[in-house]
Amino acid sequence: MKKLLNTVYVTTEGAALRKDSENLVAEVEGEEKARVPLHMLASIVVFGPIFLSPALVAACAEAGICITLLGRNGRFQARIEGPVSGNVLLRRAQYRASDRPEDIVRSLVVGKVSNQRAVLMRALRDYGGEMEGAVRDAIAVVVERLAHIMRRVELAGEDVDRLRGSEGEAANLYFSVFDHLVRSPDAEMRWTGRSRRPPLDPLNALLSFLYTLLTHDCRSACESVGLDPSVGFLHRDRPGRPSLALDLMEELRPVLVDRLALSLVNRRQLRTGDFDRSDSGAVLLTDEARRTVLTAWQERKKEERRHAFLEEKAPLGLVPFLQAQMLARHLRGDLDAYPPWFWK
Amino acid sequence: MTAADAGALDSDPFPLSALQHAVYCLRQATLIHIERAWADNRFTAEGHVLHAVADKGGSRKARGVRRVMALPLACKRLGFAGTADLVEFHPQPDGTETPYPVEYKRGKPKLHRADEVQLCAQALALEEMTGTPAPQGAIFYAETKRRVVVPFDAELRRLTEETATAFADVFSSGVTPPPTTRRERCRACSLKDICRPDAAARPAKAWRARMVARLSAEEPAP
Repeated sequence: MKKLLNTVYVTTEGAALRKDSENLVAEVEGEEKARVPLHMLASIVVFGPIFLSPALVAACAEAGICITLLGRNGRFQARIEGPVSGNVLLRRAQYRASDRPEDIVRSLVVGKVSNQRAVLMRALRDYGGEMEGAVRDAIAVVVERLAHIMRRVELAGEDVDRLRGSEGEAANLYFSVFDHLVRSPDAEMRWTGRSRRPPLDPLNALLSFLYTLLTHDCRSACESVGLDPSVGFLHRDRPGRPSLALDLMEELRPVLVDRLALSLVNRRQLRTGDFDRSDSGAVLLTDEARRTVLTAWQERKKEERRHAFLEEKAPLGLVPFLQAQMLARHLRGDLDAYPPWFWK
Repeated sequence: MTAADAGALDSDPFPLSALQHAVYCLRQATLIHIERAWADNRFTAEGHVLHAVADKGGSRKARGVRRVMALPLACKRLGFAGTADLVEFHPQPDGTETPYPVEYKRGKPKLHRADEVQLCAQALALEEMTGTPAPQGAIFYAETKRRVVVPFDAELRRLTEETATAFADVFSSGVTPPPTTRRERCRACSLKDICRPDAAARPAKAWRARMVARLSAEEPAP
């Protein structure tokens, strides 16, 4: 099994990262705060104004460690990457398949709907007994309708727009009962629907931040198996959009992001005071809260799960890589379909 | 894969070093040399260090034998090119020289013939380029610090030519072959996690349909 290497996230404004022999060293105001051997690293993610030494950038490029530069609030700015392990034949197969994306889209949608449904079922199982009867019934109805959508998608014809429509329908149903999964007593920690760019409430701010982290991992996964992250199947191509990374994310979002967001809120690791509200109504995580989220994210990625298709255990953090690999093997003709990642 | 992919590749020689992989497993050679999926493990990393020493190039004479390091080679007939670690030119009584390739390998002599095939391919290239027969060569194993003399007999030549022909086909078609049927070889392979020999044989579409049927029938516990 491939090793799950670490991602270093640096959020302290004004921090300086440099190379010291074969280590990454992080300094704040001239004082060493952290030291990590480079061979333990898959990538470095920096938020906002952080100094990177030229020697570190060169060493990372050489070792295949990708550096991602994000704005203070997680908005993507740039990536620094060494020579990509290019495979022109794979990329051409990807481009050809993107013109006939039906069956890959089917797998992606089936995986996503199944995992959304699994999140709801898990909530019913874990604390359905504490819910009001009407609430429990509402969730059960959505669970049933998602099962119907899943079967319909698996059996549906070749129309990609209809598959995309089913995905949207499932998302609306899922988010229509999402508020019932929030158990925090904080009045502000309620779900009133998705908002982004900017997120308008704490839960949306939290989801947006976690989606950014997952996008980064999915994008790296595409690159590391030689796929072009910008040419997608479910997501239409748009300049500057990492469509394939977004495709890979879809089936992982309910489990890796939504469930993590809920548990951070439900365990009251995040409360109203962990969010800043700007004059425009945009809501952002405080610096302290981002550190809490990053730590929880790293911990969640270490949790092991059985991969249903590969029939072996893998840490959640490796799943984007495994799915990218399965997609590459499908595109190269080894597999007759892209096997979705089913969470159970 | 279509013929359009092949056009860009078929005129180029394939790397001689692919033969040692191809004789072990045609798919492994394809993953390394065509898909460019490279998984370094301890063995391959040590190989790099060893070769860094041998690749310096140059030529010198010892006991009447001319020794040429890092000698570029190509075999037009079989369509490959590469570099020999070391070729000795042994003087003959009639004043000619017999080429004698020497390959440096980490570890010790192996049960499969990958190292011998790679060496024999060098001999075939040397014969084509110099017009002189190369009846034998040697592999120097770092672990045992011994030279193993390899006679290029008819059987080794046949195996080398077959391997070269098989890999040339893959190289020009761009199609990755299925995993080897000799599954004991997968256990020692550094590319196992990229190759996924078990998954490659599994029908994914039927699996997905079964999973959808099973998962969508599951009901939340009361």
